[in-house]
Amino acid sequence: MNLIPPFEFHRVIVQPWTENLGSYGWIVLMGFLVATACGLVGNYLILRRMALVGDAISHSVLPGLAIGFLVANTRSSWVMFVGALAAGIVTTLLIELIHKKSRVKQDAAIGITFSSLFAIGVILISLFASKVDLDQDCVLYGEIGTIPLMGPTPIVRMACVTALTIILIVLFYKELLVSSFDAGLAYSLGINATVVHYSLMCLLSVVVVSAFESVGAILVIAMLILPGATSSLLSERLPRILMLSVLHAALSSMLGMHLAVWLDCSIAGAMVVMGAVLFGLAWIFSPQQGLLRRAFRWRTNHCQTAPDVVSSQQEIG
Amino acid sequence: MRRHFICLILLLTVGNVSGARIGDLGETDIVAQAVRFFTFQDPAVRYALIGSMLLGISCGLLGSFIVVRKMALVGDALSHAVLPGVALGFLWNMTKDPVAILVGATLAGLLGAAVVTLIKQTTRLKEDAALGLVLASFFAVGICLVTIIQRLPTGNKSGIDKFLFGQAAALGADDVRLMAIVTAGAIAAIWIFYKEFLMTSFDAAFARVAGFPAQLIHYALMLLLAFAVVIALQAVGVVLVSAMLITPAAAAYLLTDRMSRMLWLAALFGMIAGAAGAFFSFLGPKLPTGPFMVLSATSVFALAFLFGPRHGVVVRWWRQHSRARRIQRENTLKSIYHVLEARDFQGEGVSLRELGERRRETIEEVKRQSLDLRGHGLVSLHEEGNVMFLTPTGWQLACSIVRNHRLWELYLTNAAQIAADHVHEDAEKIEHVLGEETVRQLEKRLAGITKDPHGKPIPTLADIRQGVGYTERPAETTGYGKR
Repeated sequence: MNLIPPFEFHRVIVQPWTENLGSYGWIVLMGFLVATACGLVGNYLILRRMALVGDAISHSVLPGLAIGFLVANTRSSWVMFVGALAAGIVTTLLIELIHKKSRVKQDAAIGITFSSLFAIGVILISLFASKVDLDQDCVLYGEIGTIPLMGPTPIVRMACVTALTIILIVLFYKELLVSSFDAGLAYSLGINATVVHYSLMCLLSVVVVSAFESVGAILVIAMLILPGATSSLLSERLPRILMLSVLHAALSSMLGMHLAVWLDCSIAGAMVVMGAVLFGLAWIFSPQQGLLRRAFRWRTNHCQTAPDVVSSQQEIG
Repeated sequence: MRRHFICLILLLTVGNVSGARIGDLGETDIVAQAVRFFTFQDPAVRYALIGSMLLGISCGLLGSFIVVRKMALVGDALSHAVLPGVALGFLWNMTKDPVAILVGATLAGLLGAAVVTLIKQTTRLKEDAALGLVLASFFAVGICLVTIIQRLPTGNKSGIDKFLFGQAAALGADDVRLMAIVTAGAIAAIWIFYKEFLMTSFDAAFARVAGFPAQLIHYALMLLLAFAVVIALQAVGVVLVSAMLITPAAAAYLLTDRMSRMLWLAALFGMIAGAAGAFFSFLGPKLPTGPFMVLSATSVFALAFLFGPRHGVVVRWWRQHSRARRIQRENTLKSIYHVLEARDFQGEGVSLRELGERRRETIEEVKRQSLDLRGHGLVSLHEEGNVMFLTPTGWQLACSIVRNHRLWELYLTNAAQIAADHVHEDAEKIEHVLGEETVRQLEKRLAGITKDPHGKPIPTLADIRQGVGYTERPAETTGYGKR
């Protein structure tokens, strides 16, 4: 049984960039676009401690998509966007409804909402399997491997979404920054935090739904969180964090493609695995706050006098 | 509410669609399948049903602890993180050996929980980011392994994909036995260490001071949780198992304040959801079990959310509504008293016009209020409903409201030294909620004073009992005469 194929340098590293560029190039480009759009939005989710709202929305766009398909009977992007946007907004509203109108806490409210909506989506898909151009596997890990066969449309669409994300972030950089870090200051500057919040949710829904086809409902969470989490370990300035998350997106999609070629496994899965590996590297080797750096600092501090030990422990704790 | 409608619509569409798709799944098939399900002849049905109920019990019990600890999404992360463990357990000897999968998945789940804790401790990332990160990264590793397995010649028919969305019908005798053991273990652990779990869940600081090893108990809970997730996997699926942890427990949380009762209820709800999920997925050939179980649990939650006797939205709304109506009635009665008092309790009843002038309201509004009062037996209407007479109960209520109001005003000026022109607003609110006990105390403190700060006489207890002004006609026969 040949579980892990031998690592053939030519097949894994060279071929995708030479003979098979026609297919793998598109896949890497698609992965990069998805990870960039998700990563940029995800940075703000992490800052606002809403990472799990991203989790919730990525699950609950599924019924929106399924109903969109059933109503319009096509894979038309407009219906998809409308359905998913509606689903995203319904999710946000339901979470708020449950945790404001009862004593269930927000975390449980998130869990209940997205699992129910996701369940509805899965049931719709399995009931109308013949009509809905989606299957359960696609829901889980996407169809990025079929991108080269589908022509330029999905890539163009994703490129538009990524460009839209970048433009919106550049245009409303100040509003997003201030309202993410200091809601009180935002209010005093006349920035309506509620509008910013809901706009971010809408953008998140759009990004998630366009990423959905390529990477599925669950891996999208990784695409949202990993780039931002990795780059926030490496820098403390938001512009640099945003740049680094684009770099993370590029690296993880390229390396992930190679991993998938080597192991012959799900490409989207491999991209996320490589993103997680990059996170692990940053976690260990980050110059400011990496584990190695911490261990080193802890040791140097421990060789010193007692008051320093106390302060270093506070620093670490 | 909306969610409930969705469920309802969904259930209706299930029926319609199955009817419409001739040849694939007919109406008769559903009935036949339902009959087959409820006769329990088929061993597969028995296993599916028992297994689903067992997993509902264990998930409900352990979910209760994570819900009260506000760790609901830790359950979510844990349940996604077990996927690589499932795949590795499968690779161990290329079969769906329940024990190998149990061990692999438990280890992966615990590793995931440990990584979350480590990320939280050593980086600036907050819990939510750490959870999402671990959840999706572990899941991605799992997806890679699953796709590798499916590529293998034996892997394709292995049924490992059943672990993603769950198929209760795939449960065998071995699986059910393992589930029974784990459930019994979870029940025993909760039974024995109930005090420890309870204390660390509600007051971790106190538990530490009292000498309980809070950290150890936390990891013990994680271990139990991982077991519960793993046995639930095959029937519910990796993706939705967190809902079986959260939803029944959250529904129970809405219904009771006692942990022991919450555990019972959560186990019951989990069991019901499990059985219902097994039933619905049995009706069609390719229907996954997990989503149906989750929707059943959500329906239970929606019912508790709407109609829970103490915290239910509808119940609370109704309580508020009826309180508002009662206050409205009492205010109208008070106005009737004021009208009577203004003419020194002379004259025959109170006309709608007088009341309307007093309350500055239109005749229609006053008319509606008079009908409401009559409905509660507080007034009787005469002369085509244009004149109201207080009944003995109405009189007593009106008197005691006015008495409450004026006693409170007096109390505020005499005992709390508040200016007389500032006390009315406060008394307007409190007159409706002063209890018998408080009124008696006020009377004791203010004994001997008969007029309120504005110089109006406070109705005495004798007034309430016997009546001073006009009540029902004829006054002589009912004993409610003029002062």
